[in-house]
Amino acid sequence: MTDIERLRYDVVVIGAGGAGLRAAIEARLQGKKTAIISKSLFGKAHTVMAEGGAAAAMGNANPNDNWQVHFRDTMRGGKFLNSWRMAELHAKEAPDRIWELEAWGALFDRTKDGKISQRNFGGHEYPRLAHVGDRTGLELIRTCQQKIVALQQEDHAEFGDYDARLKVFAETTITRLLKDEQGRICGAFGYIRETGKFVVFEAPAVVLATGGIGKSFKVTSNSWEYTGDGHALALLAGASLINMEFVQFHPTGMVWPPSVKGILVTESVRGDGGVLKNSDGKRFMFDYIPDVFKDKYATSEEEADRWYDDPDNNRRPPELLPRDEVARAINSEVKAGRGSPHGGVFLDIASRLKPEQIIKRLPSMHHQFKELADVDITAEPMEVGPTCHYVMGGVEVDPDTAAASVPGLFAAGEVSGGMHGSNRLGGNSLSDLLVFGRRAGLGAAEYASATTVSVPDAEVEAAVAEAMEPYQRDTGENPYAVHQELQQTMNDLVGIIRREDELEQAIEALGKLRDRVGNVAVAPSAGATVTEDRGPAYHPGWHLALDLRNMMIVSECVARAALERQESRGGHTRDDYPKMSADWRKINLVCSLRDGVVELKRQEMSPMREDLLSLFELDELKKYLTEGELPAEEKN
Amino acid sequence: MTQTTVDAPAKDRARIPARTLRTDRWWSYPLTTFIVFTAWVIYATVRSMMGSSFWVEKYHYLTPFYSPCVSKACPADAADFGRFVPDHLPFFIPYALISLPFLLGFRLTCYYYRKAYYRSFWLTPSACAVPDKSPVRKTPGRYSGETRFPLILQNAHRYFWVIAALISIVNTWDAINAFHGEDGGFGIGLGTIILWVNVILLWGYTLSCHSCRHVMGGRLKSFSKHPVRYWLWTQISRLNTRHGQFALITLGTLALTDAYVALVAHGSFSDLRLFN
Amino acid sequence: MGYKAKFRVWRGDAGEGELKDYTVEVNEGEVVLDVIHRLQATEAPDLAVRWNCKAGKCGSCSAEINGRPRLMCMTRMSTFAEDETVTVTPMRTFPVIRDLVTDVSYNYEKAREIPAFDGGDVKPGEFRMQQVDVERSQEFRKCIECFLCNNTCHVIRDHEENKEHFSGPRFLMRVAELEMHPADVQDRRQIAQDDFGLGYCNITKCCTEVCPEHIKITDNALIPMKERVVGRRYDPLVWLGSKIGVVKRGKSTPKA
Ligand code: SF4
Ligand code: SF4
Ligand code: FES
Ligand code: FES
Repeated sequence: MTDIERLRYDVVVIGAGGAGLRAAIEARLQGKKTAIISKSLFGKAHTVMAEGGAAAAMGNANPNDNWQVHFRDTMRGGKFLNSWRMAELHAKEAPDRIWELEAWGALFDRTKDGKISQRNFGGHEYPRLAHVGDRTGLELIRTCQQKIVALQQEDHAEFGDYDARLKVFAETTITRLLKDEQGRICGAFGYIRETGKFVVFEAPAVVLATGGIGKSFKVTSNSWEYTGDGHALALLAGASLINMEFVQFHPTGMVWPPSVKGILVTESVRGDGGVLKNSDGKRFMFDYIPDVFKDKYATSEEEADRWYDDPDNNRRPPELLPRDEVARAINSEVKAGRGSPHGGVFLDIASRLKPEQIIKRLPSMHHQFKELADVDITAEPMEVGPTCHYVMGGVEVDPDTAAASVPGLFAAGEVSGGMHGSNRLGGNSLSDLLVFGRRAGLGAAEYASATTVSVPDAEVEAAVAEAMEPYQRDTGENPYAVHQELQQTMNDLVGIIRREDELEQAIEALGKLRDRVGNVAVAPSAGATVTEDRGPAYHPGWHLALDLRNMMIVSECVARAALERQESRGGHTRDDYPKMSADWRKINLVCSLRDGVVELKRQEMSPMREDLLSLFELDELKKYLTEGELPAEEKN
Repeated sequence: MTQTTVDAPAKDRARIPARTLRTDRWWSYPLTTFIVFTAWVIYATVRSMMGSSFWVEKYHYLTPFYSPCVSKACPADAADFGRFVPDHLPFFIPYALISLPFLLGFRLTCYYYRKAYYRSFWLTPSACAVPDKSPVRKTPGRYSGETRFPLILQNAHRYFWVIAALISIVNTWDAINAFHGEDGGFGIGLGTIILWVNVILLWGYTLSCHSCRHVMGGRLKSFSKHPVRYWLWTQISRLNTRHGQFALITLGTLALTDAYVALVAHGSFSDLRLFN
Repeated sequence: MGYKAKFRVWRGDAGEGELKDYTVEVNEGEVVLDVIHRLQATEAPDLAVRWNCKAGKCGSCSAEINGRPRLMCMTRMSTFAEDETVTVTPMRTFPVIRDLVTDVSYNYEKAREIPAFDGGDVKPGEFRMQQVDVERSQEFRKCIECFLCNNTCHVIRDHEENKEHFSGPRFLMRVAELEMHPADVQDRRQIAQDDFGLGYCNITKCCTEVCPEHIKITDNALIPMKERVVGRRYDPLVWLGSKIGVVKRGKSTPKA
């Protein structure tokens, strides 16, 4: 093992999206020697895909907005399953995090009086999303990236070395977290893609900021990096995950062409008048208005159409039902054989607005369909279907420090759980990244100051052996094939609408897949001109084989948790238990790993602090909470 | 290297023998430009040295190639700006010797023309992703762009622009003069219209200039504090997106205007009169 | 619908390699990156390619397709004739790591030399900027850092030795972005010319031609920057003005 490089850092941040970069900036600002480990190139993380904006109650657009309102909106959106402390911190700190970005050079769109402009979004009471056109995520990443460069320039001025205290390891993948004899984190092990070489980071504190798990599903808006690495690494290191059953499916993703299947079609298409039709040309959403919403949604096309101009005297069109309702409806239409040629339904804006209006209001959608699908949305309908978008579940952390249960482990962003409860509001993820990215960086820096560690050789040896396994197998499964099957299984059986028998089937299928994952082999990479072995450098087959382990573990967590929770709430819809249950509200499902097997246990949530509880009307609380949880003084 | 790897080996570019793998007709732009520019330069040179057929006395048409006409050889009515250059200079000194060199300088340092001739004459590069210098001119040498003499002089463009704007005023004067009827009063002919079209397009070209855009407002850090200049900048920016088109069209209208005046002056055909 | 397409893909490492021929299935609506992925999943599991978003938003999948610098995920197969051979090579300006993957660290090194945004004494939350003032820089911030412009720019593509003194259009544009940032207080004009090589650019517009974000790099960033540099360096009137004290010239920011 002598040829494996060992690098010493105080804090190692795994993941270079919004949360990771923010955490790293904070750790470095605290004077800690920090490494950022990026699975892709620096600045390419999935955060760039976020369009809408970052929610923060700055009150620029409406002075009535404040953190209490934002807190309430978040809790409602998550159906009260959120970690209330996280939601509180998030609502309180988001404005500062946004302003800070501006001081680092971000250029948000402006209001008339020169402040940051804020836009409306589903679930937010006031216009609250700071944004830059429809590329807010890119702005966020670029700003953090440039802040990191600025810090490196300071170090360069001081030490003559840009990387002295903050270094980015691009295209590096961590495959194991390392622990010492006391059960504390002592570092991380991974490989560098370019050379295929292994590397050991020795560090007392590791921050996970690896994002989501979308790549376990066939149809997803997530990129290839989203293989649940952080979720799996945390489990393997002995930490636990919560709320894994809650996966957000966006009802409208592109379904065709194959190359872009899953890419998001923004909700504003429907907000601007777009309607959903099946292959018979019928606006089918009228058939899917659930009883609880009967009085809020229009029952005739005429009334629905009037709403766009006169929302006060008409009820909303059913296309604007909550995401899960719409997704479910699309699902049933397709299952009933009334889908579009490529297995979605039609989203028609062309017959509703004039071409100029469409281009003006939905420029990026027009561009997206034109360039990617060769579809002119001003002339033809789009084909859309549900797509896996976000996982609410993740590493169970302490809200204030982002520390996981394993000493030295921290998590922030999509990989952490609790903040969004059962359903995330649009716009809350970008602010989540910043708020908890910073807190994780702070927590890690503080912890690292008081801890020194060293990596035991045995840990490294085990990690090497594991990583080389698929590479050394001569015959075995093709990782691409296994991956496809895993995605298909999750999509079909643990998708948007879940049923007990299907989930059981899924768990069985996953069990079989687990054995196959354990048996994937990658052919040695053949040289270009000669057939000599090119080694593990930049070998995509090998990388996928290693990622498969993570997707496998995470998928099992999702499936098991989904089977366990017998209610429907937010991102978890059970056909056989369609109602929300106040008793289940109190329960978090916690996943952990024992001897390589996923274990699930129920855990009571801590009751909400009185002052936060008092922000809500009693009538509203009654919808969510059990009798015993309602505020004491009001019960009589 | 620090960004990418822990001790990554030094690497080379991919060795791909083909100079370019482009399959489209990338050579057509530089080739056409080459032909058009060369033809134009020849025409313009010949015409400006010809010393004849530049003035239609009857209608007061003066070709832009001779404006302002400052040689003692110019007819009195054609020389509103004075005749102070001696007659009988060598033939290659044009009558409009106070404007032509600047106009040449203006167009030579114009950002659009620079692009066009760097691509078509210099071949640096002739087209995107096609290597600099064709096999015809295999000078390996270093490329220094516009950092050294003489190309560093391109930075003087804004001064040429100021002069060009003044010359455009002269051209406008010529066009006003061209409202000259047979009886000495007001009159309009096809020539008048041609002169006007030409001068308007010349203004389009001159005002859409990048230096103009800079001076009018582009150099400001804050637009909101200078609303008028912001408005100017916005308008010029709008024109500026068409700057290349203006540059090419004015080449055409200049030659056309000149040819028309020349032919009428020469008596090849008579001007089409619309009024008087 | 589906057909077999002829592909030629550059395979190799350490500079050595060759164009390999493949015949591969293409389905309706696919882009070049899909076909490359199909090759990976079938014939060539070790074919190295860099990509992330598959939606033209991350700028990872830059390569050269039929000799033209493009994003693989934004190049639709329908733009080629069915009997046309599609040639895919790595970007030529950067050293190749393997197959279609190049080492783009040049770009990250250049990025680090540009002095960062400096908002002066304004406290976070107190910035006031008008929409009209931020729009110019916002255009440049659309950049997805695909580095196709730097790859195409002949200044370094055809003259490796210039890499040392030339930051490429992407980062000259970054300088322009900061110079036009309404809240920035530094002056980077001097170093734009001296250290980042603005003078090497001969405004032939290839960067603009290949930019997948359709940023008008040359017209809106490079030429305005050149004009600003003239104002600082080459304008005799400004020079004279500063000598006699009518024009105030601030301090130039040194390179970072
Ligand atoms: S315009 Fe300048 S920077 Fe852009 S490609 Fe041409 S020479 Fe390079
Ligand atoms: S400016 Fe355009 S071409 Fe250059 S890196 Fe940015 S997006 Fe790519
Ligand atoms: S005249 Fe063309 S840029 Fe000035
Ligand atoms: S994969 Fe992101 S731009 Fe092509």
